[in-house]
Amino acid sequence: MATTLTTDSGARLPGLIRRLTGDEKHAPSAHSTIDVLQVLYDRVLRVTPDRVDDPERDRFLLSKGHGPAAYYAVLAAHGFIPDAWLDDLAGPESRLGHHPDRLLVPGVEISSGSLGHGLGLAVGTALGLRARGLHDPRVYVLLGDAELDEGANHEAIAYAGATGLDSLTAIVVDNSSASYGWPGGIASRFTVNGWTAETVDGHDHDALYAALTGHQPRQPHLVVARTERKG
Amino acid sequence: MRTAFIDTTAALLDEDPRTALVLADISASQFASVGHRHPDRVINVGIREQLMIGVAGGLALTGLRPIAHSYATFLVDRAYEQIKLDLDHQGVGAVLVSVGASYDGAQEGRTHQSPGDVALFDSLGDGWTVRVPGHPDEVKALLRDAVSTDDRVYLRLGEQRNRQAHRDADRLLVLRRGGANAPVVVAVGPMLDPTMAATEGMDVTVAYTHTPRPFDEAGLRALAGTAVVLVEPYLAGTSSAVVSRALAEVPHRLLALGVGQTDLHRYGSPADHARWHGLDADGLRRSIEAFLGSVSG
Repeated sequence: MATTLTTDSGARLPGLIRRLTGDEKHAPSAHSTIDVLQVLYDRVLRVTPDRVDDPERDRFLLSKGHGPAAYYAVLAAHGFIPDAWLDDLAGPESRLGHHPDRLLVPGVEISSGSLGHGLGLAVGTALGLRARGLHDPRVYVLLGDAELDEGANHEAIAYAGATGLDSLTAIVVDNSSASYGWPGGIASRFTVNGWTAETVDGHDHDALYAALTGHQPRQPHLVVARTERKG
Repeated sequence: MRTAFIDTTAALLDEDPRTALVLADISASQFASVGHRHPDRVINVGIREQLMIGVAGGLALTGLRPIAHSYATFLVDRAYEQIKLDLDHQGVGAVLVSVGASYDGAQEGRTHQSPGDVALFDSLGDGWTVRVPGHPDEVKALLRDAVSTDDRVYLRLGEQRNRQAHRDADRLLVLRRGGANAPVVVAVGPMLDPTMAATEGMDVTVAYTHTPRPFDEAGLRALAGTAVVLVEPYLAGTSSAVVSRALAEVPHRLLALGVGQTDLHRYGSPADHARWHGLDADGLRRSIEAFLGSVSG
């Protein structure tokens, strides 16, 4: 079933990220997510620029919408948006802002920025695909460890686990930025509600690939990608 | 009205594979049988209203037509940012159906009341159609019309009802005609009957609508003399800005009646609250007579 994509955007990404100017504040967020995004778009997601409206595509939802430089760079590397868009981040005529807008950027599945919205939208997307009889597409949603402070996430974690929503994969990039942390680890917060979970080095591409494709039947899946502490 | 909503929604789920229903426990038992027929499209997320709206947004992103339903205070007040971001900002629609809004739940207290719900939709811009039926027989057609589109629609169902249905009142429907340049009294939804009783014998035009958004601005301009009275079953003044815009070119006076802003910290019955907010026939008559008399007298 799975078509493994083998594109390698790694060589182009550093140059593309450098074109995104004026984003000093969010640079640490970009560095923490770049490897996950690269593995997703190079090797996991079955979506291409000519399939952004295909009902059968995989969905990637960036819930942690701040610091989207790496996201935009990966979208450019894969041809969803022109490289030139990267040169005017958040300018008055720019389609790329500090938080992405799905109505402005091809390939962006949700508009995000306010934390705690992506997981609920992802649950609804997974339910909608199932109701339409679309059983092949997976829904991936990327969150941050601090984002989990928002209570709305815990509504979605409990519900998805209780109902065995197995077309859903959540990815939490853990750069230890939550003010009070997650005692017992982030994975246990999900597994207590019936999710499967794997915690890996967020910069190890092979480990990320294995975890991102490690979902099981009848359970939603979590990948915790550990990265360096936010600077 | 809740029964009409449940029956019509069940029929729509049977008829149209695009229709989906999202619940947060409220009314879940009434939808149990249709849920057995359509387990993928009748979704109860438990007592999780933020998730209810997030799920509705996700369903809409996949091409379904979601209906989400709860008490107004949980559906709208509690999940306001989800409505703003998971629906509006994503560019998708849903049909939100509330019960209990202003003071149907008088005995439950303030925690179960949402007089400000329509004002909250106004704060989101002009993308929302707001339907406030005044009779159960108005509900079916309004719900069917809402589900047939991809628009953002809020259907506010109350326990108070008028004696007679007026299905064609999406624009201002004149039910009492006053003389030339008579003051115009606009009654929304279940405020019609108390308004008709309050204005008995007055030289006023009474117009009814179950659709305050979009408000029938052209209809108001065609009717308006120099005095306008709004009688709304939600927060007083909710439609004042709309009327001011509609009549911007016309010198006019406006009295906006509705539910008061103050948390009364009282229980009692809906009739008690109507009286305390001046929305029973006697209270309306006093307010309208004082307003009209203050100029002509």
